[in-house]
Amino acid sequence: MLRRTRVMTSELLSRMSGVDMSALLRSWTLTVFGIIAFVLLWELGASRIDTALGKFPGPQQVWSQTQSLYDDHVREQDRRREFYARQDQRNAERLAANPDVDIQVRDYTGRPTFLDQIKTSLITVAFGFTLAMLVAIPLGIVCGLSNTMYSVVNPVVQVFKPVSPLAWLPLVTMVVSALYVTESPLVSKAFLTSAITVALCCLWPTVINTTVGVASVDKDLVNVSRVIQLPALQHVRKIVLPSAIPMIFTGMRLSLATGWMVLIAAEMLAQSPGLGKFIWDEFQNGSSDSLGRIMVAVLAIGLIGFLLDKLMLLLQRRMSWDKSTVLR
Amino acid sequence: MRSYLELSNVSIEFTTKSSTFRALDKVNLHVNKGEFISLIGHSGCGKSTVLNIVAGLYQATEGGVILEGKEINAPGPDRAVVFQNHALLPWLTVYQNVELAVAQVFKGKRSPAEIRDWILHNLDLVHMTHALDKYPHEISGGMKQRVGIARGLAMEPKVLLMDEPFGALDALTRAHLQDEVMRIHASLNNTVIMITHDVDEAVLLSDKIVMMTVGPNARIGNILDVKLPRPRDRLAMANDTQYNHYRQEVLKFLYGGHNQQELAA
Ligand SMILES: Nc1ncnc2c1ncn2[C@@H]1O[C@H](COP(=O)(O)OP(=O)(O)OP(=O)(O)O)[C@@H](O)[C@H]1O
Ligand SMILES: [Mg+2]
Repeated sequence: MLRRTRVMTSELLSRMSGVDMSALLRSWTLTVFGIIAFVLLWELGASRIDTALGKFPGPQQVWSQTQSLYDDHVREQDRRREFYARQDQRNAERLAANPDVDIQVRDYTGRPTFLDQIKTSLITVAFGFTLAMLVAIPLGIVCGLSNTMYSVVNPVVQVFKPVSPLAWLPLVTMVVSALYVTESPLVSKAFLTSAITVALCCLWPTVINTTVGVASVDKDLVNVSRVIQLPALQHVRKIVLPSAIPMIFTGMRLSLATGWMVLIAAEMLAQSPGLGKFIWDEFQNGSSDSLGRIMVAVLAIGLIGFLLDKLMLLLQRRMSWDKSTVLR
Repeated sequence: MRSYLELSNVSIEFTTKSSTFRALDKVNLHVNKGEFISLIGHSGCGKSTVLNIVAGLYQATEGGVILEGKEINAPGPDRAVVFQNHALLPWLTVYQNVELAVAQVFKGKRSPAEIRDWILHNLDLVHMTHALDKYPHEISGGMKQRVGIARGLAMEPKVLLMDEPFGALDALTRAHLQDEVMRIHASLNNTVIMITHDVDEAVLLSDKIVMMTVGPNARIGNILDVKLPRPRDRLAMANDTQYNHYRQEVLKFLYGGHNQQELAA
């Protein structure tokens, strides 16, 4: 462990010596200064706003609510563990008494905690985003390759692009209820509704950017492919996709950011589990802690959105052949 | 007798938004097997257009191109192109760039081991085996151009088409690559059509220099047979009267009254 730390420090130092040290220090100082200034302004502003539910939550209150939300989660997990331990014990006893007894295993049905809601939201956005990408990237490639397809698809994209998720939601809800009828649903209807709404909204940036990326492949490279007579699929795989990768990723990052924003709104409106519902429930609850808790959720949403974008950036760096460009 | 490669009455019109632009007007050219041809002319006269028509990348509006008795109407590896700005795929290494072409062209005809040897052999011809795993952005302009030439040669084309292959290089690298191309041409005796702006390059390398008139409606103004003995040595040539005579001829065509008359007509 110690050795590892030392290796990391030396690596960091050697990397930093390449960069201008003072510039790095400066940028860090500015970052810290920005955060401190924000917290101070927040504190100052918050203490002056009175609402029906008490004062607007300041940094201290948010911090204590964060702790209490985490404690809630730990407590809930303990309860869950105890529940299953008790159930296992009871079943074992009954089995010992009578080997033929019909054993019932019940699921624990506790209230979802803040962390559970975050998990649900992340799974929903991941599902919706993946669904959208499975459609958007192939569609974008086809539109970029063929002018005819572009002319067919473009008007539809342009019309649906500015549509708000809230407009889609009622339609999606009704369609899901009508079509998704199974005896033992693998996922809940609410989950499917929000995921599909997310997918519908984060389709467009990727379609558009992929189309542009594919259409702007260097003409010389296309000519190389024609001269060596690469078959169509190989042409896409070896020439088109690598050149379009940066644009595709730009689209995907925009899509994911859109998707994350849309999700919160969809969960709020559709009352499907997740961070959006957490906020709505706290609002309806209207206790003195509610505003603080909502503020925790707001910060969590921002932080997660930021981390999701960083994740995509990391992925882009791994996938991109052009390591020299600065990605932001 | 039919020649190896024949352009007969090739004309091409480009349609822009409002008008049509006739870039080439009835270009006729006969090329024998193993000949080294240079195309020379002022910028924008249509040299690249001629090359692209032979490559099959452009389609002639009138007339056509016949190679070994067969009409050309699509691109193919039997007419490999060395592009002006190398056109290497930036995400592939030197080796992989050549491999992409070789693996496709000789798919099912050669074993993987043979393909590998053939790639290495061609990169060796241009002295690039020391940088097999480098990416295009990691090597110099001259090296990129050499890889482009190796890729062209490796397709074993009937005709190698080169569009200003040394245009963007400094004089020293240029001279070095010219020598390499002469050496390769001497040993493989392949048919080459090369576009150039450089009079010395044209005289030094070519069997025939094809001089084009300025566009639009560009035609072949004159064809100069260069009957200098091979191998040619650039230092010896500098004082060779015959060499200087050819040089004068080309310069006279390019900068003399000839083109101006064409313009006025
Ligand atoms: N795809 C095209 N569409 C319209 N016009 C074209 C096209 N390709 C070439 N032209 C026109 O044809 C003429 C000849 O172009 P070309 O590229 O063959 O010239 P060039 O002799 O190779 O010039 P340079 O030496 O500068 O490369 C030019 O006037 C050019 O504008
Ligand atoms: Mg040209």
